[in-house]
Amino acid sequence: MIEAAIVAADLAAAYGARPIWSGANFSVPTGSFTAVLGPNGSGKSTLIRMILGQLAPARGRLEVLGGRPHRGNPNIGYVPQGSSFDPDLSIRGWDFVGLGIDGHRWGMRLAGRENAEGQARTAIEAVGATGYADMSVGRVSGGEQQRLLLAQALVGRPRLLVMDEPLSHLDVRNQRAMVQLISEVARERGLTVLLIAHDVNQLLAHIDHVLYIAQGKLAMGRPQDIITSARLSEIYSSPVEVIKDSHGRLFVVGLEEEVSHPHA
Amino acid sequence: MLELFRYDFMVHAFEAGTIVAVVAGAIGYFVVLRGSAFAAHALSHIGFAGATGAVVLGLSPIVGLLVFTVGSGVAIGALGNRIRGRDVTIGIVLAWTLGLGVLFLSLYRGYATEAYALLFGQILGISTADVAITLGAAVVTVAGLIAMYRPLLFSSVDEDLASAKGVPVTALSIAFMAVLAVAVTEAVQVVGVLLIFALIVTPAAIAVRFTSRPPVAILAGIGLAVAFTWAGLTIAYYSPHPVSFFITSLAFATYLAVRLSEPIRDRLRKAAG
Repeated sequence: MIEAAIVAADLAAAYGARPIWSGANFSVPTGSFTAVLGPNGSGKSTLIRMILGQLAPARGRLEVLGGRPHRGNPNIGYVPQGSSFDPDLSIRGWDFVGLGIDGHRWGMRLAGRENAEGQARTAIEAVGATGYADMSVGRVSGGEQQRLLLAQALVGRPRLLVMDEPLSHLDVRNQRAMVQLISEVARERGLTVLLIAHDVNQLLAHIDHVLYIAQGKLAMGRPQDIITSARLSEIYSSPVEVIKDSHGRLFVVGLEEEVSHPHA
Repeated sequence: MLELFRYDFMVHAFEAGTIVAVVAGAIGYFVVLRGSAFAAHALSHIGFAGATGAVVLGLSPIVGLLVFTVGSGVAIGALGNRIRGRDVTIGIVLAWTLGLGVLFLSLYRGYATEAYALLFGQILGISTADVAITLGAAVVTVAGLIAMYRPLLFSSVDEDLASAKGVPVTALSIAFMAVLAVAVTEAVQVVGVLLIFALIVTPAAIAVRFTSRPPVAILAGIGLAVAFTWAGLTIAYYSPHPVSFFITSLAFATYLAVRLSEPIRDRLRKAAG
């Protein structure tokens, strides 16, 4: 058993000569649920690209599941950013999830059809998408699309789940249901989850750690240490208030602008 | 019916037409899925300049067509995602290449017939040798499509996801456009550069409205393309009007019928379910 799923040591990210962030030292424990927070353009997706092996570190060391990051790592399940399907995209949920199994292989699927279908069925059942997996992915609701994307990410039985803003196109009710689902599936399967989010409210009850990126720096901590008025105002360089309700739940106020314009 | 096949030119037309329809129907699915219908159209127009240029140089128009479509296909494929939303740029380039084609045509004496054949197809003028070349090109395109079926499907549905899974998306985009260029070159013989949509885009566009299972959609697209071609050839045999007109009209009428009947079919489905 590896101690940490992701380890960064003096890690720096840059696009060409343009530095994004640097001096990152953190470790994401195996089986933990970590939210990645930070203002737009701070380099959250950049970190994910590094973990997926699509971008090499500008400096330092990054270890993912005990090895160097590389593209096509079967142990990583991935849900990309801005994933909502075109309404005219005519492919069934079943076929889409199936691509997560062997979509990267050449040719057509000749052997192992039953095995692949079984894997797809397990993943679709795990996210509760059986009712609409027969429909075209462009025709189902945003929440249902996110569940199918999650099923696609789970289908190869990965150990690490990386999600780039899976909640940003959903309403509050669907956000809550989605976070609940991710958390349950992760616990059942012992998955490590790294999830980029804008709105932390729906996440607070489920996350173990917060990884925040702002102003070229990256730091990790426990939610109760980072989700404070002072720290968040510092991260976003704008007044943010953290309020505790009568049940002791935390609410973040002042990030609405960020939430309503996630791609501004 | 057998009367149709008394003439060699009709036999060749059916042979070449069927081969081209199979290829066009199959590749059309990916063209529709990738949203690259306009790129396919642009390829045929750019190919027109190549074909007429080849005629001026005393070469076969098919050679010029192939060189230009494959060349521009590879360029479009290399631009990959960056080409999306570049309708204006593609439009400007294809208008210019059509103008270039007109210049080349004016330099060539056999102007009218050659131009007409390239623009609107010349399926009734296909020789035995042409059928053999068409078959060879068809085998190449279909083999190419089968070889890249899964990763092509994956990257067409979600390029970012496919790339993360290790699919070489840019190389695949180039390879697909090259295969499409060969298919376009073949289809030009049947329907010409202006009517390429009828065989490559329309059958697939109809198929995906009926089914969201990729293999079924591909087979349905092939079936429709073959049906339009056969019906178009048969009707044209008994009429003085051009084959291309019947093929394109049948494709269009079917598409229209499918779109218009959608609300009714939805209601029926709801009533049944």
